[in-house]
Amino acid sequence: MEKDYSSIERVRVSKVKIKIEKLYKIFGPKAKEMTQEVKNGVNKDELLAKYNHVLGLDNINLDIEEQTIQVVMGLSGSGKSTLIRHINRLIEPTEGVVLVDNQDVTKLDKNELLDFRRTRTGMVFQRFGLFPHQNIIDNVQLGLSIKGVEKAESNETAMFWIDKVGLNGFEYKFPNQLSGGMQQRVGLARALANDPDILLMDEAFSALDPLIRSDMQDQLLELQKNLKKTIMFITHDLDEALKLGDQIAILNGGKLVQNGKPEEILLNPADDYVTKFVQDVNRAKVLKVKSIMISNSQGTEGPKVNMNDSIESCLPTILDTRSTLGVVDDQNNIVGSISDKEVASILRNN
Amino acid sequence: MVEFFSTFPEMSKAGLRLFKKTVDGAYRNFSREYGDAIEAVFDPVLYFLVWFEKVLQNSPWPLVILVFLLLIYFGSRSIYLTIGSFVAFILIGYFGMWEDTMSTVSIIGVCTFISIGLGIPIGILMSGSDRARSMVSPVLDIMQTMPSFVYLIPVVMLLGIGKVPGLLAVVIYAIPPIIRLTDLGIREVDKEVLEAADAFGANKRQKLFRVQLPLALPTIFAGINQTIMMALAMVVIASMIGVKGLGQPVLKAIANQYFTMGLLNGLAIVALAIIFDRVSQSYGKRLQQHRAGSRE
Repeated sequence: MEKDYSSIERVRVSKVKIKIEKLYKIFGPKAKEMTQEVKNGVNKDELLAKYNHVLGLDNINLDIEEQTIQVVMGLSGSGKSTLIRHINRLIEPTEGVVLVDNQDVTKLDKNELLDFRRTRTGMVFQRFGLFPHQNIIDNVQLGLSIKGVEKAESNETAMFWIDKVGLNGFEYKFPNQLSGGMQQRVGLARALANDPDILLMDEAFSALDPLIRSDMQDQLLELQKNLKKTIMFITHDLDEALKLGDQIAILNGGKLVQNGKPEEILLNPADDYVTKFVQDVNRAKVLKVKSIMISNSQGTEGPKVNMNDSIESCLPTILDTRSTLGVVDDQNNIVGSISDKEVASILRNN
Repeated sequence: MVEFFSTFPEMSKAGLRLFKKTVDGAYRNFSREYGDAIEAVFDPVLYFLVWFEKVLQNSPWPLVILVFLLLIYFGSRSIYLTIGSFVAFILIGYFGMWEDTMSTVSIIGVCTFISIGLGIPIGILMSGSDRARSMVSPVLDIMQTMPSFVYLIPVVMLLGIGKVPGLLAVVIYAIPPIIRLTDLGIREVDKEVLEAADAFGANKRQKLFRVQLPLALPTIFAGINQTIMMALAMVVIASMIGVKGLGQPVLKAIANQYFTMGLLNGLAIVALAIIFDRVSQSYGKRLQQHRAGSRE
């Protein structure tokens, strides 16, 4: 008799890939001593005014699950770019721990750190950070050549990733002969060619114009379906965060003010800062049916909607019928119901 | 009291004389003691310089011109500059300045090599540490502003008259630009590009040879160009302490008021300067073609 594993598969045991604990970063000559002041409750503005030190990160605690996209959001100066640079230690922490697969990155010695960067992490930069004096194929195999991979092999890998990001035929062009969007594809291919398990993306799409940005977001999600990397994605754009993030962390003045699933952020903003952030979002577009449906397993007559659809996409059906609709999961099992009442209450809060 | 303000309270004549005498004496003893040893250090350079000069002077002149023209063409990719240089070389030879010109070319060549060989590593060192920079920078200022005659005195006392002190004087005067521009070029490298190299685990050496030096190369080349120009400017002064070349006839012309002789040799120096300048500049420009790519 065949057993049905499908339900087991769905509740895959999640594993924490990156664990950030009590992380502090203060910029200035007496950073260590200032940590105590910050612990006593001095905030970013006071620290700058009183002690002339800049508070980068203030007691950050964050768990990032394997194979998910963790978005970190905040306005400029909130510490998000500082935070991402602690994962591969481009910035040294003042205090705290960054664990990757239970290994403390902050304790690695010089060579271990180089090795960690060469094998475990790939990074994509806001302004691309491509080598202007090298052609695309050489740019893509940067990580491989630093590791000392043989030329023939690394060429092949580079060609594979150039093809993957859709840059066939541009292998021997130089970066400045490419448009911004294409350059960032090179940046992405360069990070992926190294086959790291962690991908760090620092405002990777912020420098691109809106249409290209949307394309790149789709491409990243498409790639992620197969790659299943652990991705930390920095952005200041909430729409981008909602589109990409499995989890969204929001930073303000170096403090982590909220971390949760997109719908949690939208429906239960932790404070005024987050509320302000999310107030202009079109909720019907972002929220999924499952996040506002009433769970039950009674069947209802009439049309059904999928629990993973956005509210916006089933609005016409709801408005047409003016009645309670059944909600089904991907296997077409009834999981709940939704009516115009729930939709109206969500949209009213906008 | 009034006297205090009207005349500077200087040290006594006897004291000053003693001071000068002591320093001079100490240096004279030093140079008597170690002069030969120090001279021996420069022997390889001297041999190389003499050998290079002999090669240029003793090879058949059409061959030398041909080699020069080839270098000029492949350096500049300009047919006009190549033709112009050909005419200049023919005129130089026709007016009897071939040998002196070859001497000058050889000393400029050797000085440039030494300046590059010493200057680029020093520049790299400076770019890597602000402390090194703050120590080297004032030394470079002194080297560039101190009248060359002043440092020629101890050099001549130490090494006597001849090619090596001349070489030293030229290098001291000509090396600062290449050091400064190497430092500047490396410091100007885009921080994000460097950070990318860091993020992919590049060590110091990989960063230097794959990112910093290649990206600084156009700036370094501007430094090499400056160094060559300054070396040429020193040719006349170097000839005062026995360096053969186009400078010596100029000195003779000044002493005896031979206007035509001075003018001809002066023009030969100018011709060399223009050739060196154009070739090294257009070669340097071609090194940064990748930067102009988007504007094409």
